[in-house]
Amino acid sequence: MNKLLAIAGGATLLYAVLAVLMGVIPGIELSRVPPGPGVGPLTALEARGREVYVSEGCAYCHTQQVRPLPLDEVFGRPSAPGDYAYATPQLLGSERTGPDLSNIGARQSSEIWQYIHLYDPRAVVPQSIMPSFRWLFEVTDEAPQGLEPVPVPKPYAPAQGVVIPGPDARALVAYLLSLKQAALPGAHGDSAARAATTAAAATSMAATPATPAAPAATAAASSVFDAAEGAKLFAANCAACHGAQGAGVPGVFPSLHANPAVAASDPSEHIGAVLHGVHGKSIAGVTYAAQMPAFGPMLSDRQIAAIIDHERTSWGNHAPLVTAQDVAAARAKR
Amino acid sequence: MLPVSVRRRAGPERANINAAKRMTSIPSPSSRTARYADDRALASMLSAYIVCATIWLLFATAVGVLLALKFAWPELLSNSPALTFGRLRPIHTNGTFYAWASPALIGLALYVAARSSGTRLYSTKLAWLTLLLLNLAALAGTITLALGFNDGDQEYREWLWWIRVILASGLITAAWNLIATVARREGKDIYLSNWYTIGGTLWTIIIVIVALLPWYQHGLGQVAVQGYYMHNAVGMWFTPLALGVFYYALPKLMNRPIYSYSLGIFAFWTNLAFYPLLGAHHFLFSPLPWWLQTTAIVCSVAMLVPVWGGSANFLLTMRGRPERLRRTPAAFILVGVLGYLLSSTQGTVEAFRSLQRVWHLTNFTVGHSHLTMYGFITFAIWGGIYALLPRATGKDPNNLLMGIHFWLATVGVLIYVVALSVGGTVQGLDWIRGAPFIESVTDMAPYWLWRSVGGVLMFLSHMLFAWNVWTMTYARAGVAGAVAAPAVAGA
Repeated sequence: MNKLLAIAGGATLLYAVLAVLMGVIPGIELSRVPPGPGVGPLTALEARGREVYVSEGCAYCHTQQVRPLPLDEVFGRPSAPGDYAYATPQLLGSERTGPDLSNIGARQSSEIWQYIHLYDPRAVVPQSIMPSFRWLFEVTDEAPQGLEPVPVPKPYAPAQGVVIPGPDARALVAYLLSLKQAALPGAHGDSAARAATTAAAATSMAATPATPAAPAATAAASSVFDAAEGAKLFAANCAACHGAQGAGVPGVFPSLHANPAVAASDPSEHIGAVLHGVHGKSIAGVTYAAQMPAFGPMLSDRQIAAIIDHERTSWGNHAPLVTAQDVAAARAKR
Repeated sequence: MLPVSVRRRAGPERANINAAKRMTSIPSPSSRTARYADDRALASMLSAYIVCATIWLLFATAVGVLLALKFAWPELLSNSPALTFGRLRPIHTNGTFYAWASPALIGLALYVAARSSGTRLYSTKLAWLTLLLLNLAALAGTITLALGFNDGDQEYREWLWWIRVILASGLITAAWNLIATVARREGKDIYLSNWYTIGGTLWTIIIVIVALLPWYQHGLGQVAVQGYYMHNAVGMWFTPLALGVFYYALPKLMNRPIYSYSLGIFAFWTNLAFYPLLGAHHFLFSPLPWWLQTTAIVCSVAMLVPVWGGSANFLLTMRGRPERLRRTPAAFILVGVLGYLLSSTQGTVEAFRSLQRVWHLTNFTVGHSHLTMYGFITFAIWGGIYALLPRATGKDPNNLLMGIHFWLATVGVLIYVVALSVGGTVQGLDWIRGAPFIESVTDMAPYWLWRSVGGVLMFLSHMLFAWNVWTMTYARAGVAGAVAAPAVAGA
């Protein structure tokens, strides 16, 4: 009996100590991390949306952690400890079958796009393998008062009636749009923990030095238009709404073919739209209700110029090119 | 002829291994009828555990196949909320973990505890209660997840808290039974298998409780607890229980003691010292404190000590007896040992920051988790079942079906893991070269298709296994007229 007690008791005691050391104590410490600047609690509707996110298992394919690595820059700035102060249960995730959502509210701020995408992801991203969440919507003959039907593109819309977001869909989209990374004070952030993280990450990745994109710093770069870069950035940032071939979705997201802002010799409207976003614009008699996000805070001047130049030279467009300096000037004006 | 029916013979044995010797010796004579009743009770207990676990295996892996197919056909069965990816995935993972592997391993552990201690089970009733609790938790967990009750998308603890309390009570009753059975042993020594199974069960009770208490799980604090939990629930639960099966079944099948008993003890303590510290390697580059991440990486490397030590011990026990490996359940154990060696070494390599840059968050991880939970744990369980269940019930499995089961499962998991390892690397390199995200999805399509092919083969093998389980348990005894077997208890 004594030997049994020694082995079972000793092993359990040792394990309990290690469990407290690696699980409980870090848990206690990190539960106390104060919210970062600009990080606040969710509204009741957004909190309900977070519950929908959890029960539908969104976190199995979408992360909410931006690592201080160059390959993650497309999703936003590196996540800081203070970002998660109100994020319980934590939804950092372990797999990225779909894109990271830490900053999706800024990267894809159009409510209409989010509804269409939830109703049938392939209506806006043809290659998507995300499941459709049609049961979060109702199909009725007529939209009830005060509710706008979701403008689902023809081949994906129900044969009869209009698509109305149900309460869970509205909550979920409210939550997704609330996912906006608060700006960190200073270009690189001054949180000690994050600074340490970035520094250590950089040393461990000697092959690819980290180049955190501080928008203004890269403005003076080459003014030569890089066509491949422009096409790549367009596919990553714009194609979800405007389509891979810039044709948009009729009546929902404007086409960039023969688009007045794109075709104009004076690029200021085009630059302004990409930098600051657009809302409620009428083009050729059609008013577009969907909100276009502002890419100014997310992309550098060089990147924005590359996108604009890609648009101005594709799909039959032949408008004059812009440079990173033009974008920087437009940015400074506002 | 199957080795399960190889009768005990007085082969050459190492003089220094008392415990191993004892388990092949006939227990001290007691009333023959009482012993017969004990053996029957043990056999029916083990049968029930294995049959329940096998039903769950069929269910959870059918769900797995459906999940795999959804990567190619996202609209497949997408109109019912309960059948969408986000709800089925935790049903698959928790089902394979807590409804297939856990009851099967506990059943085997209870059997091994009684047999290796040369005694009857402390309480058969308690064993039945454990099985009831485990099944109850699995049933409640599956139904609630299908209805959309997910406790925070925290991997492998998605069941609601009260369901995990049921699971914990199952573990507590199992630990109690294991300890009390070993306390009844005849000799002084405790056979090595019981170190691992008792240790694993007690540690897992702690793991489940740490994961349940809410006070230190806010925001980033929960990330730290999750890193600890998700890895310890695998490595301090399934690993020690499966190693316990190896240490008992392998000497039986090889008809020789384990190569080095003390190496087994050394691996036990080193595993305990290093493993609990490495969980945070699931969150490298996250905002978790840098020291926590670095400790995890260091301990991931240190894990090579118990893994290579343990694997060498098993392989050296098997060395030089190819005829036994070819035609016996030992082939399952051989794959299990290789799965242990490869997947654990892979885990160490994955923990390096330089490689995490490529593989983290990709499908490479999914390949890794199947190499561990399937290539290692599930093969260990099969080896244990095919080796021990016929000894308990006296009914042999169909040899041909066992062979087909072995090859379908082996080839299936090989295709599965290779497809996702290569695909995961492609995915990671896509991200690094800055391709639009959707390219990493379209590039994965062929690999996901191959993964489904591997998954279907694996599932087919489970149907053959299920038939064999039936043959070994409740099927009417065949020509072998095997009911007499309990008389050769311990053989």
